[in-house]
Amino acid sequence: MMSTNKLDQLYRSVIMDHYKNPRNKGVLTDNNVTIDMNNPTCGDVIHLTLQVEDGIVQDAKFEGEGCSISMASASMMTQLIKGKNTEDAVKYAHLFSDMMLGKDVDDSVDLGDIEALSGVAKFPARIKCATLAWKAMEKGVGEEADS
Amino acid sequence: MLSKEIRNHFPILDQEINGHPLVYLDSAATSQKPQQVIDALTKYYSEDNSNVHRGVHSLGNRATEGYENAREKVREFINAKSTQEVIFMRGATTGLNTVAQSYGRANVGEGDEIVITYMEHHSNIIPWQQLAKEKGAVLKYIDLEEDGTLSLDKVRETVTDRTKIVSVMYVSNVLGTMNPIKEITEIAHANGAIMVVDGAQAAPHLKLDVQKLDCDFLAFSGHKMCGPTGIGVLYGKKDLLNQMEPIEFGGEMIDFVGLYDSTWKELPWKFEGGTPIIAGAIGLGAAIDFLREVGLDKIERHEHELAGLAMEKMSEIEGLKIYGPVDPKKRAGIVTFNLEGVHPHDLATVLDMNGIAVRAGHHCAQPLMKWLDVSATARASFYLYNTEDDVDRLVEGLRMAKEYFQ
Repeated sequence: MMSTNKLDQLYRSVIMDHYKNPRNKGVLTDNNVTIDMNNPTCGDVIHLTLQVEDGIVQDAKFEGEGCSISMASASMMTQLIKGKNTEDAVKYAHLFSDMMLGKDVDDSVDLGDIEALSGVAKFPARIKCATLAWKAMEKGVGEEADS
Repeated sequence: MLSKEIRNHFPILDQEINGHPLVYLDSAATSQKPQQVIDALTKYYSEDNSNVHRGVHSLGNRATEGYENAREKVREFINAKSTQEVIFMRGATTGLNTVAQSYGRANVGEGDEIVITYMEHHSNIIPWQQLAKEKGAVLKYIDLEEDGTLSLDKVRETVTDRTKIVSVMYVSNVLGTMNPIKEITEIAHANGAIMVVDGAQAAPHLKLDVQKLDCDFLAFSGHKMCGPTGIGVLYGKKDLLNQMEPIEFGGEMIDFVGLYDSTWKELPWKFEGGTPIIAGAIGLGAAIDFLREVGLDKIERHEHELAGLAMEKMSEIEGLKIYGPVDPKKRAGIVTFNLEGVHPHDLATVLDMNGIAVRAGHHCAQPLMKWLDVSATARASFYLYNTEDDVDRLVEGLRMAKEYFQ
C-alpha cells in the first residue's frame, strides 16, 4: 500500500492552504514595479506587481500558473514582504535561498509560514518551483532601488 | 503483448525508488539500456579502444571495423541504399541543425518558405526559425486537427511552390500522433520542396524505411532506442549530401590540407569532423541488434496495446484529460494528460514517491502547449520493457494523487 508519510513532509498543511487559498492574488493597479518571470524548464510563470514607496514594500500581488509549491511560495512571499523595507525583503530572499539549499538558517528570524517550505530542500527537482517568486521579488526590488 | 522476461535484460529496472519497485514511464525522454548494450560499451573500452581510420595497428583496425559495422547495422535498420547515406552525429538535434545550416543556408533565399507543424519539438523549430531569420524566409506552420493529428488537406494548403523545405516529426513526443510521412513527402516533392523527418520518437518504436518514405533527410537519436547517449544518425539522400558542405571542419572529415585550401573525404565521413563517436556507434549497433531480436513490429504492437490499456483505465478517473488521438492505433506508446486539481509537477512528485517515473512540463514543445492551451502536462511513455502491472501502478498512483490533493 502506498504511504503518504514522505509526501506530508513536502506538502505541509500550511502549503496546501496557501495553494488553495492564495493570499494577495491579483494585479495591483497603483504599482510601480512589475516583474514577469518564468521557469523555462517546467513552464511555471509569475506576474508580480509591487508598490514600493520610501523604501517600503507597501503592497504586493501576484498572478501566475504553476504547481502547488510555486504558487504557495508566491503567496507566502507576498504575505511576508508587505510592510517590510526593501533591504529586509532582499534579506528574506537570501535566507529563503539558503533554506532551499538545506543550510541552517538563523533561529532568531521569524520565518512565519515560509518555514513550512523547508521540506522542499529534500526534493531537489522542486527547489526551482519554490524559488521562482522570490527571484522575481528580488529582481523587482533591486530594479526599484536602482531607478 | 511481449513477455515480461524482457524486463530482465534491463538491469536498471531491478531497483526500488522511494521504497517501491521502479516503474519507468519516461522512455520518450530517454530509454533504458539492455545488458547487451552495456556489455558492448564495456567490451569496446576494455578490449578494442583506439582511434578509427588512422592507425595501422591492430586495435585501430578493430575499432574501425566496429564503428563501420555499426553503420551497416543502421543502414539495414532504416533500409538506406548505402552506408554513404548514414552519418553518425550526436543526436536528432544535431542532425536537424546540420540540414538547416548546410542544405538550408545554401538553398533557402528571401521569400522562400519553410513549412513545419504546431506539434514539433523545439529541435525541429528553432533551426528553421534561425534559418528563416537569417535568409528573410517565411516559416509556416501547418495547423492541427482537434484530435492532434495532421490532415493532408491542410498540408496541401500550406505547402506551395515557394516552399523549399518541409520538416515534420514522424511521431509526436507529446500527442503520440503518428504522422503520414510518406503522403506529406509526396506533397513536398510535388511542390519542389525537400522533406526532412524528425525521427526521434519513431526510430525506437516502428519499422523505418527511408526508401519507402522517400524522405530526403531523417534524423534520430540512439538513446531513445536502447542505445547510449551522445550518438545519433542523420540519414540523407546521397545526391543531396554530395552537394552539401560540411559544417564542422577538422579531424576525420579531412582529405587533403593545404595552407590556404583543403578538400574533404567522401561520404559519409565528410560530415563526421573530429574523432567520431566510436563507442556510441558501437553501442547503437548493439541496441539495433537487440531491437531486431525482439522484433520492431512486436514492439510497436506491444506499445499500442499498453497505451490503449492505459488510456482505457485512466479515462475512468474523473477529471483526467488525455491529449492527442483517441484511437490507440493512431498513436505510439505515449500518453500525455492532466488531472484536474493537481498540477503536473505535483503529480510527478506524488508518483515518484511511489516509485513511478513520469515526465512533467512542456516536453520541449512550447508552441504545442500553447495550441493545447495548457502551461504544462504530465506524460507517461511506454516501451518494450513496460507491462500491464506498470499501467496498474500508474493508475493507482493517479488515484492516490487525486485523493491527496482533494
